[in-house]
Amino acid sequence: MTEQNVPPAGMTGGTGQAGPTPDQMPPYVSAIPRRGAVSSFFAPVAGFGVSLGNMFKPMVTEEYPREPANVKPRFHGRHQLNRYPDGLEKCIGCELCAWACPADAIYVEAADNTDDEQYSPGERYGRVYQINYLRCILCGMCIEACPTRALTMTNDFELAGPTRAGLIWEKQDLLVGLAPGMLAPPHPMVEGTKDTEYYRGEVDQATDAQRAWVRQHRPDDPSSDGTPQGLAAAVPVGATRAAQQRTTAAARREGGAR
Amino acid sequence: MTITSPTPRAGVPLVPAAPVPDALVPAATVTLTVDGLPITVPKGTLVVRAAEQLGIAIPRFCDHPLLAPVGACRQCLVEVWAPGRDGNLAKMPKPQPSCAVECTEGMQVRTQLTSDEADRAQHGVMELLLANHPLDCPICDKGGECPLQNQAMSNGRTDSRLLDVKRTYVKPVNVSTQILLDRERCILCQRCTRFCEQISGDKFVDLQMRGARQQIGGFDTGLLDFAGDTPVGPAAADESGHQFASYFSGNTVQICPVGALTSASYRFRSRPFDLVSTPSVAEHDAMGSMIRIDHRRGKVLRRLAGDDPQVNAEWLTDKDRFAFRWQTADDRITTPLVRRDGELVPVSWVEALDTAAAGLRQARSAGGVGVLPGGRLTLEDAYAYAKFARVVLGTNDVDHRARVTSDEETAFLGHQVAGRTLDVTFADLVAAPHVVLVGLEPEEEGGILYLRLRQPVLAGSMTVTQVAPVASPGARRLAATLVPAAPGTEAEVLDGIVTPADDATLAQVAERLAAPGAVILVGERLAGAPGALSAALRLARRSGARLAWVPRRAGERGAIEAGTLPNLLPGGRPVTDPAAWAQIAEVWGPVDAPQRTGRPVAEILAAAWGGELAGLVVGGLCPDDLPDPAAVRHALDQVGFLVSLEVRRSEVTDRADVVFPVAPPVEKPGTFVTWEGRPRPFPQALTSTQIPDHRVLDRLASALDCRLGLGTLTAVHDELDRLGGWSGSRVAAPDVAPAAAPTVEAGHAVLASWRLLLDAGRGQDGEEFLAGTARRTTALVSAATAAALGLTDGGAAQVSTKRGALTVPVRVVDQMADHVVWLPTNARDCRVHETLAAVPGDIVAVTVSDEEVRA
Repeated sequence: MTEQNVPPAGMTGGTGQAGPTPDQMPPYVSAIPRRGAVSSFFAPVAGFGVSLGNMFKPMVTEEYPREPANVKPRFHGRHQLNRYPDGLEKCIGCELCAWACPADAIYVEAADNTDDEQYSPGERYGRVYQINYLRCILCGMCIEACPTRALTMTNDFELAGPTRAGLIWEKQDLLVGLAPGMLAPPHPMVEGTKDTEYYRGEVDQATDAQRAWVRQHRPDDPSSDGTPQGLAAAVPVGATRAAQQRTTAAARREGGAR
Repeated sequence: MTITSPTPRAGVPLVPAAPVPDALVPAATVTLTVDGLPITVPKGTLVVRAAEQLGIAIPRFCDHPLLAPVGACRQCLVEVWAPGRDGNLAKMPKPQPSCAVECTEGMQVRTQLTSDEADRAQHGVMELLLANHPLDCPICDKGGECPLQNQAMSNGRTDSRLLDVKRTYVKPVNVSTQILLDRERCILCQRCTRFCEQISGDKFVDLQMRGARQQIGGFDTGLLDFAGDTPVGPAAADESGHQFASYFSGNTVQICPVGALTSASYRFRSRPFDLVSTPSVAEHDAMGSMIRIDHRRGKVLRRLAGDDPQVNAEWLTDKDRFAFRWQTADDRITTPLVRRDGELVPVSWVEALDTAAAGLRQARSAGGVGVLPGGRLTLEDAYAYAKFARVVLGTNDVDHRARVTSDEETAFLGHQVAGRTLDVTFADLVAAPHVVLVGLEPEEEGGILYLRLRQPVLAGSMTVTQVAPVASPGARRLAATLVPAAPGTEAEVLDGIVTPADDATLAQVAERLAAPGAVILVGERLAGAPGALSAALRLARRSGARLAWVPRRAGERGAIEAGTLPNLLPGGRPVTDPAAWAQIAEVWGPVDAPQRTGRPVAEILAAAWGGELAGLVVGGLCPDDLPDPAAVRHALDQVGFLVSLEVRRSEVTDRADVVFPVAPPVEKPGTFVTWEGRPRPFPQALTSTQIPDHRVLDRLASALDCRLGLGTLTAVHDELDRLGGWSGSRVAAPDVAPAAAPTVEAGHAVLASWRLLLDAGRGQDGEEFLAGTARRTTALVSAATAAALGLTDGGAAQVSTKRGALTVPVRVVDQMADHVVWLPTNARDCRVHETLAAVPGDIVAVTVSDEEVRA
């Protein structure tokens, strides 16, 4: 390269090398393979074949919200706080879920179980439990962290509402209802057991002694007779959850639910 | 003030910051290598500290920098090569505990980072420690800040090989109402027992049993499975009424490296990652202990000791640690209140300020207004009261002292205390060969002062003499020589400390005081003994010993520097000195206040009662702080116009015409000044809508058409800087002759009394777990007094004055002055001021009571 051919600095990006000139480049060749005569003739209507084929396959369109959505069994939906088979809460208020939460959506305050107010086996229970569904990303790290399987996730994903407060779910909203054989806490642990027996799954239902204790201390508690109506009445649905259920039902009707 | 501005405009700042102590130059050093890295350390340094300096973390549990090495947990094992007698480098046959081995010249240490042997040893120890450790982490308070949890992750096996059932115990055990013990979590590092032995001296837990069942605890035969068959007799109950109790037990919770010791008040309350920590200063005593406030969502959950080697050295009293709920009590005042038709009603700030201004304006012209700020204020708030009194109210009738006072003390504070900051410090005390305590109980009235004094006493470099009516448990643990003195006769005793003295003990004290560096510490109670402070000044002059005054409340020393005394302006300037007023006027502008000493607290209240003062501005003061609460209440009822600045509803606010809410220390920034005169600035921990006293007074002054200029903390600090210290004349030293010893008739005794660390104070409201560790109320008498009064140890006595009577259990103790009966001043079941309206030195009637009292 002669001296007068060197472009001024800055025009070549500083590398000092120019790209190939147009007359040095190879000619353009299309990468699409050329069709034969027959396929070229049918090409304009070949796309209808896909439609035709799908006419004979099962339909995949989900009629949500007219019909309930079908989600996979392990879908990460809203949380649920579980109970032991005698009705005591599994949550011990350890806050590991709050610790694990990448979105800082969970707030827990623990407290002491006392002889008069035993909510969970052992010394400690979760007095305050809040999940903020405006923050929650439903990643499921909280349920992996839970040492007692107190926190699991349901398939319920209908978590939209008109207010911010309505998306902060409290403990009463998250707690699962009472199943047959359970008794509404607070009540003492099964006689002769410690928290270890609960963790090992050796408690299978509320005992007569526990029922007697509840009848003595809370004569009006409807769960002590064990009827399905009583169990439902003993643990009413939390206010936030009830409001969410109303909002969801209204939205479904709006969407033409049958 | 140098807290915020490093170069004060005046020559000497009003309260200068403490100088940074010089680094110690070691006498000899040794050079060694740790993991191949060379380091030179002072002789006697432990291997684990040398590694720390290099940034090498060796796992450890029992090691604590302030406790003697013990090598109990074996977690810090390292491989050590050291030159032997023949000079050849040789490996020690077994791994060595690095927390208990001192560095030697030429030593080569290989930690877990470079030595497989050390790493395997540490893993082995960790596996054994975890063998019986329960899987309590999800419910354990220590979870998240637990050295065992952390080091099991960093230096332990990933999975457990143990298949057997773990050893379990009944848990938790209440060592005291506050301290809970989970024995199965304990790894027997003995930090708690060593703390009790080496630091506090009140051993409330110890090791017991042997082998796999070795455990920490009080000697509870029920828990130890002795089935009633006690081998050496039951544990002796101490004076607290509990088998073992301590004012410092909370420190064991803080230094426990696992969750074995927990406090009832924090149990299950939160997790470390919830908490926001703010450094602060404890507000319950004049020690200025550094603390850490841990709060969540605007609520304080716990307080921990901060690390300040100059002051509290990582330790804290239980009162400073556990008593904080008073700041969030239900009776907090949240809005200004104004009395309308006899009822206090919430009003706006504007209305309250206007009402207060109108009332004060009228009272100022009708006879004057007195100011009682109380002894619990920050320096900034006290300064605002001092300036408000002079500039706005035009009076020197301002006194922060809410306790027994005397004119002698007023003069003593002006002469000896004000303006002499950092004259005697903790460092001077620790280095002193001899300390004389007069009118001061270091454990009850200081806390940290007791811990700092105990270190040199244990080391054998210090002796302590106490001039007191009775040797308290704290004084006994300081091995103090008691010079018995009935309250009121301290002056006589101090004047007797001469060489040659009549008494062998006094002669010995005189001799020891003559040693260079000796210190005399006088307490605030000495104000009640006529002539005692003058005698202390004389003694200091005679012996060459240094003299320091130790108040009880956090705000006392700062208030003296700020000038809330009837004879003092800020910086120790006497009110009678025109030169002082000239300096003040440069900063404040012209001040229309008399250049004569104002009324002290008792006279202010008497004047309010008699109608000479038409108004009062009262800060944090409780009627039962003063010797006769009924008279205080009456004076507050009588006074024409009463303005109260309070955090919580109190007996003063109930009587006030206008009440302004003010922020407690946790909700405001400020500075406490310790007994040494050391400024202890602290930031605001919680966001708050409440404002500190100085801002309220600034607004109130504006409403009275005066500009105080103290609306922000920076403004106050700027003004303190401009004002600077005082090098002019001082208040003349008091010279009061000792009073004649009182005559004690039959059936009577001289009352001795002081406030205990844990009592019925309002600062401890809502702390039931803490209250359970308070000392039991007892009347103490000597054997001779008991015999003369017919009292028996364990029986009950009725102590009475014309105003009332108290029935308390009796204990006969040795080392006590005769003709004296001691009672706690403000215990929950023994309110001396309220019931007897008596002060130490008064004669009280003592009779045997047949009433059943709690033993």
